[in-house]
This record gives sequence, C-alpha cells and structure tokens, in this order.
Amino acid sequence: MAKQEVLNDVLITKPHNYESLEDSIGRLILKPQLHKKAWWIFFLVGLAGTGMLGISITWLLYQGIGIWGNNVPVSWAFDIVNFVWWIGIGHAGTLISAILLLFKQQWRNSINRFAEAMTIFAVMCAGMYPLLHTGRPWNAYWLFPYPNILGMLPQFRSALEWDVFAVSTYFTISLVFWFMGLIPDFASMRDRSTNKFGKVAFALLSMGWRGSNQHWHRYEQANLLLAGLSTPLVLSVHTIVSYDFAISIVPGWNVTVFPPYFVAGAVFAGFAMVLNFLIPVRAFYGLKDLITMRHIDWMCKIMLATGLIVLYGYILEVFYAVYSANFYEYKLLMDRFQGPYAWSYWLLILCNGVIPQLMWSQKMRQNLIVVWGVSAVVGLGMWLERFVIIPVSLTNNYLPSSNKMYIPTFWDFAMFFGTMGFFLMLMMLFIRFLPAINVFEMKDLLHKVLNNDSKVEPNAERTPYGNAPKEALPTVEKEVAK
Amino acid sequence: MAQIFKPSANHITTAALYGVVLGVPTVWLAIAALSRSPANTKVNVPINQPVPFSHQHHAWELGIDCRYCHANVEKSSYAGVPSTETCMSCHSQIWKNSPLLEPVRQSYETGTPLKWNLVNQLPHFVHFNHSIHVARGINCNTCHGPVQHMHITYKGNPFQMKWCLECHRAPDRHIYKDESRPDLEPRQQVFNLYWKYQKDGLKGLNLRERSLMVGTFDGTNDGKERAKGKELVKYYGIKVQQLADCSVCHY
Repeated sequence: MAKQEVLNDVLITKPHNYESLEDSIGRLILKPQLHKKAWWIFFLVGLAGTGMLGISITWLLYQGIGIWGNNVPVSWAFDIVNFVWWIGIGHAGTLISAILLLFKQQWRNSINRFAEAMTIFAVMCAGMYPLLHTGRPWNAYWLFPYPNILGMLPQFRSALEWDVFAVSTYFTISLVFWFMGLIPDFASMRDRSTNKFGKVAFALLSMGWRGSNQHWHRYEQANLLLAGLSTPLVLSVHTIVSYDFAISIVPGWNVTVFPPYFVAGAVFAGFAMVLNFLIPVRAFYGLKDLITMRHIDWMCKIMLATGLIVLYGYILEVFYAVYSANFYEYKLLMDRFQGPYAWSYWLLILCNGVIPQLMWSQKMRQNLIVVWGVSAVVGLGMWLERFVIIPVSLTNNYLPSSNKMYIPTFWDFAMFFGTMGFFLMLMMLFIRFLPAINVFEMKDLLHKVLNNDSKVEPNAERTPYGNAPKEALPTVEKEVAK
Repeated sequence: MAQIFKPSANHITTAALYGVVLGVPTVWLAIAALSRSPANTKVNVPINQPVPFSHQHHAWELGIDCRYCHANVEKSSYAGVPSTETCMSCHSQIWKNSPLLEPVRQSYETGTPLKWNLVNQLPHFVHFNHSIHVARGINCNTCHGPVQHMHITYKGNPFQMKWCLECHRAPDRHIYKDESRPDLEPRQQVFNLYWKYQKDGLKGLNLRERSLMVGTFDGTNDGKERAKGKELVKYYGIKVQQLADCSVCHY
C-alpha cells in the first residue's frame, strides 16, 4: 500500500491558487487524454450493464412480470428491494448538499457535486422499479391526480401514492438543485474550452451566466431556498418509503421504528456508496489534495453513526417481536433466525452490525483499502436488509398453508445488475463531461483559507490530532508569501 | 476562443423559458379538451347505417314503443338490436318497394343479418346491464339522449367512466319516479314519460322531465328532489356505498 496520507484539518492539502484549482478540476473535462484505459473499462462495463437492463426491460414488457420470481404470497420481491435500496443510496447526496450546506460545513464543498450526481442517478435507477412493477408502465400517469375522463383520483390514503409524490419531488428538487449548482461551473468550463463543440455545449448549459453581482445574489438566494426545500426530503422520502411496509399488517413489516431506521439506513448506504466511488476517483485523477483524508475520515464517522442507528433498529425488531407477545411476529423472528433464509439475516448482521464497527478505529479509517472494503460490505448489507424485510417476511404467512419460498429468477438478477451498470455508466459519463467537484465553492473555500477565515483556518492547536506534521499545515501560507 | 453567443442570445433563453411555461399547460389543456370533445367521444356525431333508419320517424311520429324493437331491454343486460324479421313485420306490408329498404328485403331473402354499425359501444372490460337500470326507473334518454328526435342515430352522452360515476356516486341526483302515475312500477314508468310527451307535448311535462326528454338532464341539485331521490334509493335497496366500487362494472 502507498504511504499513508496525513490526516489533518487542512481541507486543501496542496498549495493552490484559484487558477490551479480550476485547472485541476477542469482538466478532467478538457483533456480527454487524462482518461486512461481504466475509464474505458469501467464505462464499457457500465454500458454492457445498461444493455442488459435494456434487454431485460424489453423482455419484461413483452412477456409481463411473470418472468420475475414474484408470485403470491411474495408479490413484492427484487423489484421493491432494489427500489428501496437505490432510493436509499441517493440520500447521502441530499444530506451533503442540503443539510451540510445549511449547517455551513465547508468541507462538503469538494464532495457535494459528486454525491448529488449519485443521488440523481440512483433515483433514476430506483424509479424504474415501481413503474415496471405495476406491469403496465404505459399507464404510469394514472399515479398522478389530474382531472381525467375516468373521474378517478389515485387513492390518497395509500402509502404507495405518497411514495409517488415523495420520489418525484425528490428527483425534481435534486435535479434542479444539482443543475443550478452546475451553472457557474459550466460558465467557467465555457470560458476555458478550446474546442468549439465543448464551448457551445457549455455555453448552452450555463444559460448566459456572466458571474455578475446580480447573478451571484440570485444564485445564493435560490441555493438557500432549494437547500431549505431539500432538507426535509432527506427525512421524508425514506420515511414514506418505510410507510409502504410499516402501515401494513404483515408480520415483520408492521414496526413503528421503521421510519427513523430506514432513514438512517439510507444515509448509511449512501455514504458507503459515495466512499466506494470517491476513493478510486481521487486516486486516479489526482484529486487527493481536494478530497483529503479528513473528508474520508468524516464520512466514515457519519457511516459509523448511522450504522449504529441501523443496528439499534435490528435489536429493536427482535425486542418488538418478543415483547409484543404477537405469535406471528415471533414466528417470523424465529424464521429469520433459523428459517430457510437464515443465511441472509446473519449475513446482514455481519455486514451492517459487526464489520462497520471497524470504523471506531482511526487507523482503520485511514486505511483506504479497509474503508473501501467496509463501504462495499455496507452496500451489500443494506441490500440484504431490504431482502430480509421484504420478500422474506412475505414468505411467512398468517396461514401456514400459504407459505411459499421465494426464488429470484435470472431476469430479477439481470435487471438488478443492469441498473448497477446503468449507474456506473452515468457516473463515468459524469466524471468525463461534467465538473466532478464544485469549482466555485472550492474557490470560495480557498479564499477563506487564504484570508485566514477562522472557521476553516488550519489551526494546529485546535486540531483534535495534535500530531499533524507541521510542514503539512502552512502550505497555503507559503502560497500567500509567494 | 471568443464567446459564441452574443448577449442577444439571452432573449432566446427568455423566450424559451416563457415557451415552456406557457407551452406545457397549453398542450396539456389541448389534450384534455380533445379527449372530451366529440372528435374523441363521438357525441352528436351521426353514424351511417346500411339503412337510413330514423328514430324520429318511428319512435316519435309513429309512436312505436322502444321495446317493440329493443325487446330484451327489461330482461337482459343487452337491449338487443332488432332482427330483420322485426323490420319486416311492418315493411312486408308498407313501403314494400322503397329502394331505401332494399338491404332489409335482401337480408330477409338471403337470411343474412343486417350489419348495423354500433353507436353506443363500451369497452369489453365494462359490463353494463340494461335490465337493472330500467328496473330502477332510469329513463332511456338519461344515457342515450333525445333518441326520439334523432334522424340518424348518434351518441347522446360520452360514456366515459367519469360520466357513469356521476350517477353511481350520487344516484339520488338522478333516480326519479313520475308522480302523476304512482300506480306504475318503475320500469313501466320509464316508458310512461314518452306517452305523456306524445300526448301533451312539452306542456305535459315538468322541468325535470323536459330536460330528460331533450337530453340535457345531468342530475338535480334541488334539495326536495334529492330527498325524493334518496327515498327511492332506499326503496330500491340501492347500496350507494358500493355503487362506485370497481367490481360493480369491472368484473
């Protein structure tokens, strides 16, 4: 392994000026030769996955959802598991871009763009599942209340209908927020582009941004408003997703702890996914000075905290089953512990309960291989969590004669891996064609650092890790001296 | 590299933004209007038939009862389109040589039924039963419009689900009994209105009956009328709670 990187409170660890900052981010777009073979490999893998997704959707539309393993009593299976999983992945982005913005956490500046892109792509993957699950996606507009010739409105008392609003609001606001944040960066890309195509494309996307005082004023206002709008979404979207289950009477679903437990799980999985992508990207593209060990350390801590909430949820589920004295809940619990799907339950506890505890140790948090591995394991664990909750609970009915095993088919997996490929492809395109780090917010951060703004100034005395090497700290000061 | 777009390009952006803001609702409203217009519903659009049969002539001028031709309407879900023999019961005696009736005579001779073009069609996933509606005193014109005044038959109402539900959600606004003949059963009363109309014209009818006969009735909001309607609903044992359930029509 490479030499361990230093961990200190400096958020920009190399001497930078505004020009070099813009260059180190902008060159990812403007210099195609920077994207080596690895980019192509990942992109092609993603493209292949997208192809598989296309084939499986086509076959699904032609043949109907009978090609999946869903059948009574397990009518919600992979499709809903994957929906919940993908929606959860997106939550880190919204948390970073909205809540951390409102709390004025400047360290978010270098990772928010990336996380927001993940949010949007994850919600795109998620949205496909419930639509296709209906079996008649061409009638999807029936989900919205519009004055129609049927004289019918959707069932507003159903959590599934709330889901429609939650997810579509989430997608719209995330997209607008993300795009708006990109406008100033599009403008600087427009100004730096040397080829005509890039120039026209970025000029169109930047919508006439000139960086005037008025522009910035409006931008700040709109940004604050959108942050305020997205903040409740971090909590509400997954809360409503959890209602799909919590308000039903299925044993294993009817649990009051679901909303906070789902939200924590979502942020948990989201941060894991952000780490999974950021760790390789910062290494490949020389962004280690902007996405520092400090960022990774903090993300690991958020992951650990939300992971503990999730673990608490697991414990509470057991407690609820025992304490409620509800026979069916207890039966389901025993089934989870030692039934035919017991492997998935215990693997889930291992992935989400045990392995993330490594993050308590600072040494582990600084070992990128461990961090990456734990994040991957958490991603798997969160998927298993939904698997254990959704289909496994359904296999265990009130009426023992209705119990039936659920076995996913080839097409279940094809579509799941297909959406993963689709996600990977979009992320690769994002890195290639859009500024992956928020340039102007980084400049703002740099400005504060250079002007010794006390909020972000690297101050050895206030560092919780007093042993930060002295030479790492004054890098920006050197810059000023020059 | 110089900037590609001049400041004037901003106007294009502004125009595009206005275009989206105004254009999307415009398209939306256009679709909404089109789906409700006769272009889609075929209301008031006469449908050509192999024989130019006139309800105005037969039902109004000659005063033939609906049930003479649509014989099953009280007993069956399907009202029935008359067989050639029904036509020939008169037309073997009158208008024997009319060229307009040539297809009827041919059908009679060859034993091939006439191919009437359906005017009122429902999708196959909707089950409509004529007999239950007639038995509850729903007048033919409530759904079919002023049939007695149609030369070439056309659709009187759009038959869209929203239209069906108007009555199924509030039957007391539509259900009615003619008070001048309290002795009649509801289904006889259905046809009684025509006799009243035939006898005294519009003068013999009250406002509600008039609008029914000319096909403009779409439910009453009058408190007294609705109270009577509610009584009838109770009398017929109509379960309003379930009347708009999916399974009432889609089974």
